[in-house]
Amino acid sequence: MWVYIARRLLWLPVLLVATSLVTFTLLRFGPGDPAQVILGSRYDEEAAQQIRRQLGLDRPFGVQYATYMWGVVRGDFGESYRFRGRSVSELLFPKMWVSFQFNIAVMVASLAIGLPLGFLIAHRQGTWLDPTVVSIALFFSSIPIMITIPFILWGLCLKLSLVPCSGWGGLLDLRIVTPVIALGVFGVAGLMRFMRASTLDVLGQDFIRTANAKGLSAATVDSRHVLKNAMIPIVTLLSFSLAGIFVTSFIVERILGIPGVGNFTIDSIFNRDYPIILAVGILGSAGFVIANLMADITYAFIDPRIRYS
Amino acid sequence: MALTEVAEAAEAQEKSKGHLRRAMERLVRKKIAVVCMVVIAIIYCAGIFAPLIAPYDYSETHFTAIRKPPSWDHWAGTDFGGRDVFSRVLWGIQPTVIITLISMVTGGLLIGITLGLLSGYLGGKVDAAIMRTGELFAAFPDILLIIIIAASLKPRFINMARQFEESTGIEGIVRSGVVDYFVISLALVAFNWVGMARLVRGQVLALKETPFVEAGRAAGASTLRVLFVHLLPNVISPVAVSVSAGMGAMIGAEIILSWLGLGIQPPRPSLGQMLLQAGSISALREVPWMLVAPSVVALSLVLAWNLLGDSLNDVLNPRTR
Repeated sequence: MWVYIARRLLWLPVLLVATSLVTFTLLRFGPGDPAQVILGSRYDEEAAQQIRRQLGLDRPFGVQYATYMWGVVRGDFGESYRFRGRSVSELLFPKMWVSFQFNIAVMVASLAIGLPLGFLIAHRQGTWLDPTVVSIALFFSSIPIMITIPFILWGLCLKLSLVPCSGWGGLLDLRIVTPVIALGVFGVAGLMRFMRASTLDVLGQDFIRTANAKGLSAATVDSRHVLKNAMIPIVTLLSFSLAGIFVTSFIVERILGIPGVGNFTIDSIFNRDYPIILAVGILGSAGFVIANLMADITYAFIDPRIRYS
Repeated sequence: MALTEVAEAAEAQEKSKGHLRRAMERLVRKKIAVVCMVVIAIIYCAGIFAPLIAPYDYSETHFTAIRKPPSWDHWAGTDFGGRDVFSRVLWGIQPTVIITLISMVTGGLLIGITLGLLSGYLGGKVDAAIMRTGELFAAFPDILLIIIIAASLKPRFINMARQFEESTGIEGIVRSGVVDYFVISLALVAFNWVGMARLVRGQVLALKETPFVEAGRAAGASTLRVLFVHLLPNVISPVAVSVSAGMGAMIGAEIILSWLGLGIQPPRPSLGQMLLQAGSISALREVPWMLVAPSVVALSLVLAWNLLGDSLNDVLNPRTR
């Protein structure tokens, strides 16, 4: 296993360089000459030359990439095309903070519903309850998010007037209810099924039979033996799955006007603000790669049956 | 005596039928699978034949029926401009259906299966090269990769098409939306081929050590023949399951792209754009029925493919049978 982990860790920088290279090439040169993109209709040869010099576009590709990546390592993602004079990091980091808070709230909701439900239906395996709950959860999670949110809004905001329709006011604001329901409640299926499988795994173990046989009450067995062991894979995995939720939150942020990364990225696509998209692409893929690696390694630790050769 | 003979004969007949044929028979006996296939067939036909069956044109405005709830004339109501929502949904299915089919056939089936077969059978450097490339594609959160490709390459392809139009004098390439179709398909292919290639490779790795492949090779079959005549038919089952489950995800991705405005451009309707318009607060307040028709269609499509994938898995996967 150590060989496997070492190999994965050595491979990580290669993968990070490769993804950043692809993202850099696509977003810097994909849309055409950057000077033309920046100037748009105000294009004239002299200004274009100046921008090319400023951005270092007259230098070889390798040098440009290396310069950019050296900046990234130091937290400098260049300058926005649209907001001239403002750096990408200064624009992006406040949005990342909003997205982070919002995703934490979603995850807490998901956990609060998914874990007890998964635990419960694992105990009811073989009865009607188990397949029913699983099917309902799967049904909800397969509804595309751009359908879920309007329906929730229509009900909670327009008909019942329980929550404001859009906007963002931090974690302790009513406006967080809609996105949390849309993502946390409707997306609960994955977590619930994971908890169910994990609980079933523990329930089948010999030490549970022993605990029951020596006369412990069902509640004690559940809380002290089953729950604790079933939670191990969940807890270790959870901390790394944040990167995954980040992506689905794009659309939610867009519909509800939450000023997070997703909303900002989509704005940037329409404004052709490629440095922003580039920074999101590089950070997103790096986060995703690292999260996947962590999850794989954690799995290898948790489940000794997994063998990688 | 006669009875047992009949039973034996029936059993022998059952065995002589191909694996796939038996699987198909089992599939047809599953009610939910049949329902799914019917739903998929209806929606796909509706999308492809939208120009023939839609009661109105997608941009036809009815000034006497602006923002009207569903009625006999307009089954799904009309929108802000008095356009018939039902007709627009039919037209809107078209790009989703065409793009997902193109991307699945080229990305999943052609590229994915071929690379998977090559990777698994040849091994060594070819395998490493294909799988490492796949890992690169899989290193992006899928939606992000699609967005990056669509956002970065679309302006370039549209410029290229414009220049082509100017230099040749052929008009209407950009306006016809061919470029949009092309870029979205490209983005979806990039996200789709890796999973399929990995799946096929895994199957081939197990299969290539079996006697029948060895026999084929010993009899002098070329690599291509072994790949496509001996190995391909044996990986069809898992591929079918993965295609069906993958279509649901792909449709979701296409809807997201057009929802974001990176897909088919207005005035052409698309499911994503219709959901976007119907989902705004003002639309929900004034014309809530606009949301119903596109939602029902999009949801049925995604669900039908997912459930069909589940049923196929039950029927084709020897372990769950």
